[in-house]
Amino acid sequence: MSDMLKPSRRAFLRGSAAAAAGLTAAGAARANVPDPLITEVQDWAMSFGDGVDASPYGLPIQYESDVVRRNVEWLTADTTSSINFTPIHALDGTITPQGCAFERHHSGAIELRKEDYRLMINGLVDTPLVFSYADLERFPRENHVYFCECAANTGMEWAGAQLNGAQFTHGMIHNMEYTGVSLRTLLTEAGLEAAGDLSDKWVYVEGADASSNGRSIPMDKALDDVLVAFKANGEALRKEHGYPVRLVVPGWEGNMWVKWIRRIEVTANAVESREETSKYTDTLEDGTSRKWTWVMDAKSVITSPSPQAPITHGSGPLVITGLAWSGHGAITRVDVSKDGGKTWETARLAKPGEKMALTRFYLDTEWNGEDMLIQSRAMDETGYVQPTKHQLREVRGENSIYHNNCIQTWHIMPNGEAENVEVS
Amino acid sequence: GAGEGKFGLGRVALPEEIAAWDVDVSPDGTGLPVGSGSVEDGEMLFSEGCAVCHGEFAEGVGNWPKLAGGEGTLANDDPVKTVGSYWPHLSTAWDYVNRSMPYGNAQTLSDDDVYAIVAYILYSNFLVEDDFVLSNENFLEVELPNADGFIIDDRAETEYTIWRTEPCMENCKDSVEITMRATVLDVTPQEEAAAAQAAVAQTAAVTEPVAEAP
Repeated sequence: MSDMLKPSRRAFLRGSAAAAAGLTAAGAARANVPDPLITEVQDWAMSFGDGVDASPYGLPIQYESDVVRRNVEWLTADTTSSINFTPIHALDGTITPQGCAFERHHSGAIELRKEDYRLMINGLVDTPLVFSYADLERFPRENHVYFCECAANTGMEWAGAQLNGAQFTHGMIHNMEYTGVSLRTLLTEAGLEAAGDLSDKWVYVEGADASSNGRSIPMDKALDDVLVAFKANGEALRKEHGYPVRLVVPGWEGNMWVKWIRRIEVTANAVESREETSKYTDTLEDGTSRKWTWVMDAKSVITSPSPQAPITHGSGPLVITGLAWSGHGAITRVDVSKDGGKTWETARLAKPGEKMALTRFYLDTEWNGEDMLIQSRAMDETGYVQPTKHQLREVRGENSIYHNNCIQTWHIMPNGEAENVEVS
Repeated sequence: GAGEGKFGLGRVALPEEIAAWDVDVSPDGTGLPVGSGSVEDGEMLFSEGCAVCHGEFAEGVGNWPKLAGGEGTLANDDPVKTVGSYWPHLSTAWDYVNRSMPYGNAQTLSDDDVYAIVAYILYSNFLVEDDFVLSNENFLEVELPNADGFIIDDRAETEYTIWRTEPCMENCKDSVEITMRATVLDVTPQEEAAAAQAAVAQTAAVTEPVAEAP
């Protein structure tokens, strides 16, 4: 019977609609005969389950084994400078479990003990400083929930519909509650008198790993809402997410969320490092490229139904759900279309949108078993409306690689399966 | 503590410590150490430490990055972005090679090694002659071809002004056609073990109703 608990995985992988049809028939058959799961006393109702000493730090139950990070081998030359994907198709709410939250490294996930950790602040500061991890825990703390979206999320979809699943098209994202010290507090500790006029100054931040991932951040942002974080979702950062300390840069592209952060330098100019020249610059149709495209614009995706989460229950009540987010502030509205954008209904936000954080939306609807072309369209508090891919291509062409926040279309077929498509 | 800050936490960073970690190099040459290296020496170093991934001529092997070539391709359907065709500043090449290469064995090159390797990358891109010697003194004389190829993020003018409008809710299109399908490409990873398990599940689902039919 355990197979019955995994309809989404089965349907994702099967080649035909036979299984879904069989499932429906089985349910119908059971309606006329007493259900042995009720009429027969089950093992779990008679004997013991696990003791409280069975798992000091627990993992999800085995039946959820498909809710895992996945990678796409052909995307990169090596797994140590690569990406994997959050299983957003199977999650709900907004908080991403850390254990399946996506990873992006440029020279692997390093192991850095708190005892070995050092954070340096130098450059145009009054006193260059070195902090230990223990020092950081003595500064006043803040808590904030923010999304971290890779600049390349949905990047493989610029030229067409390519990967078949929300995990692969939109899963370079996670959303966590961070605890840390504001970067402003640490810069103030080092003193910014020496920097003079702050409006044209920068901070250059780099990690302790071999790639270093150095990025330049304008001082305005550094003093606004950037966090030097050491906890996520209540516990220490995971190794692969920057243990013991990472930068949190609300609303801005994930590359700037420097992990294993070891140094913050106040500079007169941007360093124009590799990660802000060769990479994370966006080439336009005429061959010129945008640099310093820091903010992630308003975006959304329907997570279910979707190619990895097909409809297995037949026609009738259907929950269409998904995620919306914006680097410009709070999500104020999400519209959903079931006919490829001809008509739209405004969905229900599970909670009012929070600034630079994932927002869950629901459209409680009826499915009559016919084809649907489902889309979602996010709006943020600046009035920005998530564009179509056609609109984006008109401005940028197809070679930007990064910052693809287009409206996604899933084709729902009469058998309940879903496919990643583009529509006219 | 440092004694100067609000909380007195941390300690003063020593000059040796700053020198060890602050090695970034900016486009104006800030951070560049004294040193030099020739194309000739660079060719040898590149062949030993870099060519296995980047090719003998910096042309790239397999999926590994190409460091040379691609001139004039940035407006093509498939632009080839290399140091020669795309990178704006030579400082970035020096900085990145020095701090993060070779891949898996970073921070093992001397300053002179880095000058030589960067000189060889310039040569591979036909930007200098084979007798060229790069040093901290002539570094800023080298201008990369795509130095003027970048604009600062202009989305506020080119996109936000257009897309901050009340969107259409009804009769937004006359017709809708599917123009592209992901399953045609069929490049999404499948899982072998899961596929086998799914096949079992499918059998079970198909036979169950038969077994339970009254």
